[in-house]
Amino acid sequence: MASPAPAVVLEGLTKRFGTVTALDRVTAAILAGQITGLVGPDGAGKTTLLRLIAGLLKPDAGSISVLGHDSVTDIGAYQRDIGYMPQRFGLYEDLTVDENLNLHADLHDLDEATREKRFADLLSFTGLLPFKSRLAGQLSGGMKQKLGLACALLARPRLLLLDEPSAGVDPASRRELWRIVRTMAGEGVAVVWSTAYLDETERCDSFLLFDGGRLLASGAPADFTGRLKDRTFLIDLPEGQRHEAQRVAAAHPDVADATIQSGSVRLVLKEGAMLPDPKILGGDGTVPRPIRPRFEDAFVSLLQVETKPAVMDGLHNGAGLEGNGAAIEAHELTRDFGKFRAVDHVTFTVAPGEIFGLLGPNGAGKSTTFRMLCGLLEPSHGSAHVAGVDLGRARATARERIGYMSQRFSLYGNLSVRDNLDFFSGVYGLAGARRRDRIAWTIDSFDLGAVVDAEAGGLPLGFKQRLALGCALLHEPRVLFLDEPTSGVDPLMRRAFWQRIGALADLGVTILVTSHFMDEAEYCDRLGIVYAGRMIATGRPDELKRRFVSVAMPEPTLEDAFVALIESHDAEARPAGDAS
Amino acid sequence: MSGGGPFGRRFRGLLRKEFVQIVRDPSSIAIALVMPVVLLILIGYGISLDARDVRFGVVDENRTVESSGLYQSFASTPYFRPVRFVDSRQAEAALMRGDIAGYAVLRGDFSRKVVDPLRPAEIGIFVNGVDSNNARIVEGYALGALANWAQGRLSDRAQHARPAVVLEHRYWFNPELRSANFIVPGLIAMVMTMIGALLTALVVAREWERGTMEALMVSPATMTEIMLGKLVAYFVLGMGGLAVSVGLGIFVFEVPFRGSFPVLIGISAVFLVVSLAMGLLISTVARSQFVAAQLAFLITFMPALILSGLMFDIETMPAWIQAVTTVFAARYYVSSLQTLFLAGDVWPILLPNIAALLAFAAVFLTVAIRRTRRSLE
Repeated sequence: MASPAPAVVLEGLTKRFGTVTALDRVTAAILAGQITGLVGPDGAGKTTLLRLIAGLLKPDAGSISVLGHDSVTDIGAYQRDIGYMPQRFGLYEDLTVDENLNLHADLHDLDEATREKRFADLLSFTGLLPFKSRLAGQLSGGMKQKLGLACALLARPRLLLLDEPSAGVDPASRRELWRIVRTMAGEGVAVVWSTAYLDETERCDSFLLFDGGRLLASGAPADFTGRLKDRTFLIDLPEGQRHEAQRVAAAHPDVADATIQSGSVRLVLKEGAMLPDPKILGGDGTVPRPIRPRFEDAFVSLLQVETKPAVMDGLHNGAGLEGNGAAIEAHELTRDFGKFRAVDHVTFTVAPGEIFGLLGPNGAGKSTTFRMLCGLLEPSHGSAHVAGVDLGRARATARERIGYMSQRFSLYGNLSVRDNLDFFSGVYGLAGARRRDRIAWTIDSFDLGAVVDAEAGGLPLGFKQRLALGCALLHEPRVLFLDEPTSGVDPLMRRAFWQRIGALADLGVTILVTSHFMDEAEYCDRLGIVYAGRMIATGRPDELKRRFVSVAMPEPTLEDAFVALIESHDAEARPAGDAS
Repeated sequence: MSGGGPFGRRFRGLLRKEFVQIVRDPSSIAIALVMPVVLLILIGYGISLDARDVRFGVVDENRTVESSGLYQSFASTPYFRPVRFVDSRQAEAALMRGDIAGYAVLRGDFSRKVVDPLRPAEIGIFVNGVDSNNARIVEGYALGALANWAQGRLSDRAQHARPAVVLEHRYWFNPELRSANFIVPGLIAMVMTMIGALLTALVVAREWERGTMEALMVSPATMTEIMLGKLVAYFVLGMGGLAVSVGLGIFVFEVPFRGSFPVLIGISAVFLVVSLAMGLLISTVARSQFVAAQLAFLITFMPALILSGLMFDIETMPAWIQAVTTVFAARYYVSSLQTLFLAGDVWPILLPNIAALLAFAAVFLTVAIRRTRRSLE
């Protein structure tokens, strides 16, 4: 392909908010006819960059040229040529699909004839035609996202800015979105797609990787991951040894990174290093399989962080005391909200020391299931046993054996780290020597010593996450509930977090976790796929993937499996009752 | 092109959106049309400053014709429902329990002294003073009842000595002294403040929260079009709220209306613009509905309630508080409304108020438009 003209040129772009530098001397170009991925954790500067390009913010230094015009002095010249979809899609939820489209058509001053043609095109393109008169607020996440996109595309923009379009959207809708955006890029539109999912970057034509406002890397994803050629391997291990093996591998001098992936350990070697003998990892002699490097591998090895193995000794949680029964047992759990059945006869069990992941799109019912299991919500029907206690009968006893970490971490931001620990240990009824011991253990195990007197609210997200986990473990629970524990946390913090979770599982703590990160689901021992209120599949990640091996998909990813499961469920459900 | 100019397709589109949202969003309708009804009924009936059917004790230690006459004079006014006691300790206990608001004590020698020109009879009056306002009103009415009784006695006996002066009370503008007549006009000011400032600040904050403001700002629509769309829509809603409040005041609370409607509508329109501009100004600072609501309450609603002369008479406030009230537009509007309802089109009062309101409107609108920039900074 001949090199296309750059649609956006950034030159030494700097943006500060008070004392925080959101973007630091960024120089880059975004090409027309390509999808450019804006990648990085929360707070990396992605949204700031999009807003600067859209003319919503002014740079403190440097310049932005959009479609040949300066973003500060000449914004009027290109305003009409931008399609912008802010986070959460920027839709009016109390307006219908049609009304939202009409508003945007009015804003872009489209006349009746053009309008009708564009509506017809976009509605069929996005598959929203049957939902034309539905309120935007009543659409599913995926449909909202497509409507937001349709509104942004209405005036045929030459530059399309999408701020985290795939956040919280199920994988099937995510794929649909990619198809639409890919078509737009094919027509010569410059697309900027910001995302916190590293795996999405691999589908972009080029990427800009940000961290803390600095541009760390850019180029084509294939070139970026190509540096790791012949350095990534997968070692299959028997059950129960993975976490230990992963820790050993991570500590090995030749290994840049070691993670768990569907019952195997994934190794990324350091440059020029030899593959260590799999025997030292406790393997049974199987030969490590070379695999294709992922974007995340390249990202982690670029940062060259020494991932310190997490040690979690000294947790006397008394696992296994209750014999060999299941740690969590959900039987026909059902929950109705008015006429709406959020959870529909969900049954599953989790063995002690197992990491069980609940996976599903937003609104599928995973949070409701989760809340019933930790006793925050009463089931309409069915029963739940947690740590050997019937939640319906002895909720208070069950709660003593449960640790819970909510998505928002539930810390007191204006109390210090130590005050938070003091408070939560009091809440859990710890006193005297045990209280002192547990707090000391938490500070030590979670590396909180340096920040113990700092206000919790001012800590970086990774610290908050560790503190929240520490608080949830103060009373040595046997079962740990984690609700989207890593949303918004950068990839490095996430893998450090999962190492701790692995170490906890080795100590016999049973862990139930919800997540919408597909790559995180790989860290789980078993998964339950929740969709439309039902548990449509359970199994080990590798089992789920194996079900969908075909000629077309010789090595399906977990996302492939997920999409296939949902599609086959929809296909079964449709003849029965497709009212909408 | 039809999109150019302030009333082109873009503006119509924005305006249509605002109205559809108002119709669909039950909370907008609730604040604009239901809240006035609730406020008027609640405060109109609840905060009544009148003394009516007040339970008042009469301790009559020695029942005679004289003391019964006094009792009757309490019973014959609409203000009191007297309760007879024979012992002042019983009355005190009743006062403690809150059964009566106060009591008068007629000693055993009352009848004797009353007819003795040399020894004046003593009457003790005790009033529960916890609510000082109320106590003063009860005291005033009780003294009035006593004065009536004394007057009656004089004329009954056709005494030759006529009193030197006879007091004749006339309460102007509100002859029945109904507090509804006084409060309802003030409530209309509160309702207009709520719709103008609170609702506008809330809906703009909601656009920030939901990210729709960002989408609008990136579109070719200008900030003036976006803000004007909001102003026009909520102006219409505010005038609807005015109609509901005035209708309710006149027909349900039977408040007299002595001014003219065009003047009422004109002044209200100016005040509504002030409120809307305040709302927009708040929304330039507050990016969340929570902060917007707090600010709107603090800088528009509370002053409208306390410092506008609606509840407490401005003339009786300390001088420095009187000075403070001059910076709140509600004061001029409340004064205009009370004049319009109770007195009529009294131009010497209305004109300065209108001038002040116009000045507020000009200042706030200018500042609000200046501060609303097409930028997220």
